[in-house]
Amino acid sequence: MDLGFSAEEIAFRAEVREFVTHNLPANIRDKLAAGHHPSHDDIVTWTRILAAKGWGAPHWPVEWGGTGWDAIKLSIFTDEIQRANAPESLAFGTSMVGPVIATFGSQAQKERFLPRILDLRDWWCQGFSEPGAGSDLAGLRTKAERDGGSWVIDGQKTWTTLAQYADWIFVLARTDASVKKQEGISFFLCDMKSPGVTVRPIQTIDGGFEVNEVFFDSVRIPAENLVGQENKGWDYAKFLLSNERNGIARVGVSKARLAKIRRLAALTTYGDKPKLADPVFRMKLAAAEVELKALEMTQMRVIAASRSAPKGKPNPMSSVLKIKGSELQQATTELLMDVVGPYALPYAQEQGDRWNEPSVGPDWASTIAPTYFNTRKVSIYGGSNEIQRSIIAKAILGL
Amino acid sequence: MDFDLSDEQRLVGDNVARLMRDKYGFESRKAYAAAALGFSEEMWRHYAELGLLGAPFAEEDGGYGGGAVEIMLTQEAFGRALALEPYFATVVLAGSALRHGATAAERAELIPEIASGELRLALAHAEPQSGWDPFDVKTTAKAGGDGFLLDGEKGLVLNGDSAHKLVVLARVSGAQRDADGLGLFLVDAGAPGVTRRGYPTQDGRRAAEISLAKAPAKALGEPGRAGPVIARVLEDAIAALCAEAAGAMAEAVEMTTEYMKTRKQFGVAIGSFQALQHRAADMVVALEQARSMMYLAVMSTQDPDAASRARAISAAKAQIGRSARFIGREATQLHGGIAMTYEYKLGHLFKRLTMIDMAYGDADHHLAKLGEGESLFD
Repeated sequence: MDLGFSAEEIAFRAEVREFVTHNLPANIRDKLAAGHHPSHDDIVTWTRILAAKGWGAPHWPVEWGGTGWDAIKLSIFTDEIQRANAPESLAFGTSMVGPVIATFGSQAQKERFLPRILDLRDWWCQGFSEPGAGSDLAGLRTKAERDGGSWVIDGQKTWTTLAQYADWIFVLARTDASVKKQEGISFFLCDMKSPGVTVRPIQTIDGGFEVNEVFFDSVRIPAENLVGQENKGWDYAKFLLSNERNGIARVGVSKARLAKIRRLAALTTYGDKPKLADPVFRMKLAAAEVELKALEMTQMRVIAASRSAPKGKPNPMSSVLKIKGSELQQATTELLMDVVGPYALPYAQEQGDRWNEPSVGPDWASTIAPTYFNTRKVSIYGGSNEIQRSIIAKAILGL
Repeated sequence: MDFDLSDEQRLVGDNVARLMRDKYGFESRKAYAAAALGFSEEMWRHYAELGLLGAPFAEEDGGYGGGAVEIMLTQEAFGRALALEPYFATVVLAGSALRHGATAAERAELIPEIASGELRLALAHAEPQSGWDPFDVKTTAKAGGDGFLLDGEKGLVLNGDSAHKLVVLARVSGAQRDADGLGLFLVDAGAPGVTRRGYPTQDGRRAAEISLAKAPAKALGEPGRAGPVIARVLEDAIAALCAEAAGAMAEAVEMTTEYMKTRKQFGVAIGSFQALQHRAADMVVALEQARSMMYLAVMSTQDPDAASRARAISAAKAQIGRSARFIGREATQLHGGIAMTYEYKLGHLFKRLTMIDMAYGDADHHLAKLGEGESLFD
């Protein structure tokens, strides 16, 4: 047993840190460190810098532009990106549809789509959830009907993150209503410019615009945009969701936030003392750090176990990572609320490119409450924490 | 980064797990608890025969060359079985005091006797007033007789009523809470001036309050320099308790799951109720977080950097304490009435888990300590 990193892994971490330090544009870094969302252009800019280095999608097969890193190096890479306040790669392409195409897609689909995901020439969004199909995703009602050389899609998707920027959407649609609900679903690739696709933004409680409704009104797509086999879409969706769980703990994000909490708590005075000198606050901070340290170790255990486990088989321990990871993301946003105190109150309109204009109160205060409100989503999306508990009860405890 | 055991370590783990499965069912434990010493002397001999009592000591001291991982594996199995024998008192607490604080000659004299099962020790470090401050020591050691004479009151001495010898923390100089001026001393339990008041503990074990009145003692290591030693001993103790807790928590989770599958109400197994499933799932989360910190604690005991070692140990104890209390309470609630009965094992796991949190600083104590220092992350 040896819980340390090898010399090679330590050198690798230093290499990633060095690259990010020298290549992440300062304006993007500062904006994200201040708690603002990256813009479309920020994400594209950073993704292309990584892609030029060969790090656009490190976990992909080498023949499609991946790196061949093992699970530990991949986790070090993710950790460093998250800690550096760099934009994360657009998961809908690199972690979701990319691996599905690479694994189940046709040769033509691979050649057409994968290179354009790597450097974000194509922006993908995810057409899974529907108004009536959230946790019960397989209950989806969007349907696709074959018509000659086309499929015709009708229905509605929702919670479609960043669809406002998307070039393409991958869609789960019902292609056979006569069988068990999981067995009549297919997986399609749809150009967002197709006639009949309408995007309507949904404003979230923090005032931001991340998610959308996407409507399909007799949208005609070519038959070659079906992925894999007809009616096997649920299998591909499960494969996709198991990939989505990699890095689900978001340890690096919480580490970066803890560092920010310490920095801001040292600056913020209550009475004649900085918040950081308050023993009650320090104890809460310590409690979050302990849980995060434990989570980081749990994640390493899952990674270590994955080295000897059969590939592609979902590990129910990832549900433990999801629950604890999301709780810690939320706990750290609550600690930031403790720090900011009364100046949580002023609401700054979504500022877009004017994010660094003069603020009301401390210049870092305006994002604290919106981040707290927005972060409630992490225990809801990606399989709500209640769904994760049901998975643990069934797959780990056998209940 | 790997969590794999060596072949030798796996063998230790398998052996102790098999022994406890064969000989330490809960009914057997009741019989052992009722014995004169409050534990089974026969089991103690089995531990010696299996090599458990000498495993964590260096070969040149008369041990078998293992270390913290062997203790972890043993304590996990003991935690599952709620073992009563004074392994923690003798091998972990006193053993660690010898390892870190005694001279090579002293180790060579005592460790072979521990390994063979002849010598049971107890560590008398705490005092009635000391709370969780390891340096709060009023007991004095003054030169006299053939070595030293000890005077004072030691409290909560685990298995102190049945130990053959006591390893006593006493002050040779300095004020009551000074880290400097402490020494470790070996005292024959039957020596004149030693009065032991033994008593049962909440978790079914035994401890003693011990009065020392000019009790003759022999120094272990150099008197006056035991402050860092006792700090290190308590870190080793916490790592071992983390492993015991992980075993006891795993047992509690398994018992609860089993119960949920078999107990029927409203015509179905109660494990089919989602409200209960989700509570059980939260126990799994708490267990896995604790187990992760057990590994961190065990490996940290080898960290030469005292400050980072202390932080890791405190972090582990805080996590283990919280998980242990949570799992103990939840397992009791999910079992319902049966958990409230003395005859059923679950309540005893609950009590042991609670007392593990209370030992050597509860979760709040360690969180407050961590709060005073730097971040756990670089």
